[in-house]
Amino acid sequence: MTPAGTLSRNERQIAFGLSVALSVLGFGMAAFAGKGVMAVHGAMALILGLFLVFRVGGRLYEGAPGIERHDRYFDGPTRFGVMMTLVWAIFAMGIGVWVSALLYWPEGTPALPWTSFGRLRPVHTTGIIFGFGGNALIATSFYVLQRTARTRLADAISPWFVLIGFNLFCLWAVSGYLMGSTQSKEYAEAEWYADLWLVVVWVVYFTVYIRTLARRHEPHIYVANWYYMAFILVVAMLHIVNNLAIPVRWNGADSFTIWAGVQDAMIQWWYGHNAVAFFLTSGFLGMLYYYLPVRSGRPIWSYRLSILSFWGIVFFYIWVGSHHLHYTALPYWVQTLGMTFSVMLLVPSWASAGNAIATLNGAWHKVRDDATLRFMFVAAVFYGLSTFEGSFLAIRPVNSLSHYTDWTVGHVHSGTLGWVAMIIFGAIYTMVPQLSGRETMAWPRAIEWHFWLAVGGTLVYVVSMWNAGITQGLMWRAYDLNGALSYSFVESVQAMAPYYLIRTIGGGMFLTGAIVCALNCYATFRSAPYMAEPRDVPLRPTPAE
Amino acid sequence: MLRLHYNLEKLSMGLVVGIIVAASIGGIVEIAPLFTIDETVEIPDDMRPQTPLELAGREIYIREGCYACHSQMVRSLADELDRYGPYSLAAESAYDHPMLWGSKRTGPDLARLGEKYSDDWHSQHLIDPRSVVPASIMPAYPWLIRPLDTEILSDQLATLAKLGVPYDAEMIAAAVGDAIGQSQPDSDAGDAVRERYGADVAVRAFDGDPARLTEMDAVVAYLQSLGTLTNAPYELFAEGAQ
Repeated sequence: MTPAGTLSRNERQIAFGLSVALSVLGFGMAAFAGKGVMAVHGAMALILGLFLVFRVGGRLYEGAPGIERHDRYFDGPTRFGVMMTLVWAIFAMGIGVWVSALLYWPEGTPALPWTSFGRLRPVHTTGIIFGFGGNALIATSFYVLQRTARTRLADAISPWFVLIGFNLFCLWAVSGYLMGSTQSKEYAEAEWYADLWLVVVWVVYFTVYIRTLARRHEPHIYVANWYYMAFILVVAMLHIVNNLAIPVRWNGADSFTIWAGVQDAMIQWWYGHNAVAFFLTSGFLGMLYYYLPVRSGRPIWSYRLSILSFWGIVFFYIWVGSHHLHYTALPYWVQTLGMTFSVMLLVPSWASAGNAIATLNGAWHKVRDDATLRFMFVAAVFYGLSTFEGSFLAIRPVNSLSHYTDWTVGHVHSGTLGWVAMIIFGAIYTMVPQLSGRETMAWPRAIEWHFWLAVGGTLVYVVSMWNAGITQGLMWRAYDLNGALSYSFVESVQAMAPYYLIRTIGGGMFLTGAIVCALNCYATFRSAPYMAEPRDVPLRPTPAE
Repeated sequence: MLRLHYNLEKLSMGLVVGIIVAASIGGIVEIAPLFTIDETVEIPDDMRPQTPLELAGREIYIREGCYACHSQMVRSLADELDRYGPYSLAAESAYDHPMLWGSKRTGPDLARLGEKYSDDWHSQHLIDPRSVVPASIMPAYPWLIRPLDTEILSDQLATLAKLGVPYDAEMIAAAVGDAIGQSQPDSDAGDAVRERYGADVAVRAFDGDPARLTEMDAVVAYLQSLGTLTNAPYELFAEGAQ
């Protein structure tokens, strides 16, 4: 069934109107800007808008789906979100492997501006965090919200608006970097109009989430939804404050952030570390708290512990950004606060990881046999390991060695590959057969292959970067007997070569696994029975007595 | 407590408010006091804003993502002082929108780079890094020899002035002329740049040819200005050494 076929006639008219509005917006942007990045972005919005106009317009007067659709969950947007998750995974991981190869082989790229390391690197980070992670979060949040509230999404247009709008934001961001347009704020490089657009998308996202929650048939809001809500709310707060900027001209992409110097550094890392907390942790814990119990068939081990760790994470995380600025010009007391809270953060982090692992008690035979559940188990283990490492690296003297080195890169990837990507794959392998009305994935054995490629790739990557980072840190601070520095900077660069090569191999293994996953999902969706629907259904409203 | 939470879980708006409150406290405590910094951290008397040409170079530095591999923040650690020079002061980046302290040193820190190497070295190094540093893994930037687009410069200075960077109306109006002038030594336009931004400003043909204004001029002018906008860190360092 086509996505438009699941909409009523009235909804199709609204969707048609919104598509026309997007085309007009794109045309207006392109015409107003006239040239440069903003004009290209306007043209992109125009093309997307026109595509949607034809897509929806062609089916405007087709037969409407029956009223019985209200007895079903609304999973079209989730299916689309899963597909976009995998598209972004392959694209952004591919770019990641490319840029990592460039550190070993700097001539391995055409001498063109858009293929140079500095422009590709934010494409990798944005593509992974927002494209891969963001689509997975939005897609699973709609799925989990409906199942735990036992109700259908509050309306049919806004979930599509959120997903399509969010992907337009990602596309604007990465294409902007390639054309040389960036704010340079780490993990918030997109220009001002893309940031404004994301705010609009986010308001719609929050609205549909809270409206659906209001229709729930369960008195209690399940813990996974608290985490998704924290993700939506706090990311909005961080995004708005960090991205406040004045455009140089209203018809151009160029802007200056209103923050300067030390305030900007603090705000940028308050954002940066909480992008880790509320984008890359909170929402994914929501995912863990739903898919792990469902797949293992065990209830969450301790409900009290989940309360404790939720509020601990929401409250503590926001303080820790300043540990990125040890020994810098940031006031000393702010650095100390950041360090202290980073160490305290280990308590709620390990409470979550421990809670997840203890949930598997009584289901260890399933962990052994089921690669999908093993993905989630490994994710929980890596979550525990990376949060321990994070608290450790935040301690001031440790940070004096590790900061600015590849140890940080290793730490980030132990979190993103080992934790975030693993839980996404676990969720996808649980959800995709369900969405296709099937018992299993099309190629169950390929999950096993993917699992070992992913675990192997992560370990190769992380271990090589630990070695690289510690070597670098020690070489920079080594003195000889005469009291002179032992190594020039370039000697430390030369020492990195073998680690950079091994890291690229690890990344390549992980990418291969992701491609296997995408093919498997494609085959599963393709082999779904005609008009496949998930077998689980919402509670039906009962007439008043 | 658990009873209270039991009831809170039934209230979606209650959770929303709880999350917003819990997630705001840390940020407010750590960030708000930094805005009194204008009173606690003095901007040195000799601190100057960047010239239009240096600013254009900074925008190219951002465009090419140089900040991803080079920090501009010398930490107060012995080996960094020995390797790079005096540690960075908060005042040095007070006019930086955004700051470029960086988070990774795939290449060395650049906070004290200014006037360490010749202009020729920089041009050659940017066009082909391995021709001067054989073991370098830096990307090559051969396209920097294209002409510099100065059309937006005045508006950029005006925007920064709105944000508190001390550019006056004359500087804003003369931005394009100053950018050209700074790359033409021994010209009236070059002298005018020094008049407006200070006698220490480097006025040179950064890319080796005074007749043309290229992106290379801008980037090299910017790199040569790093750490030279004020003498305060060096003076403080000398005091500490005594």
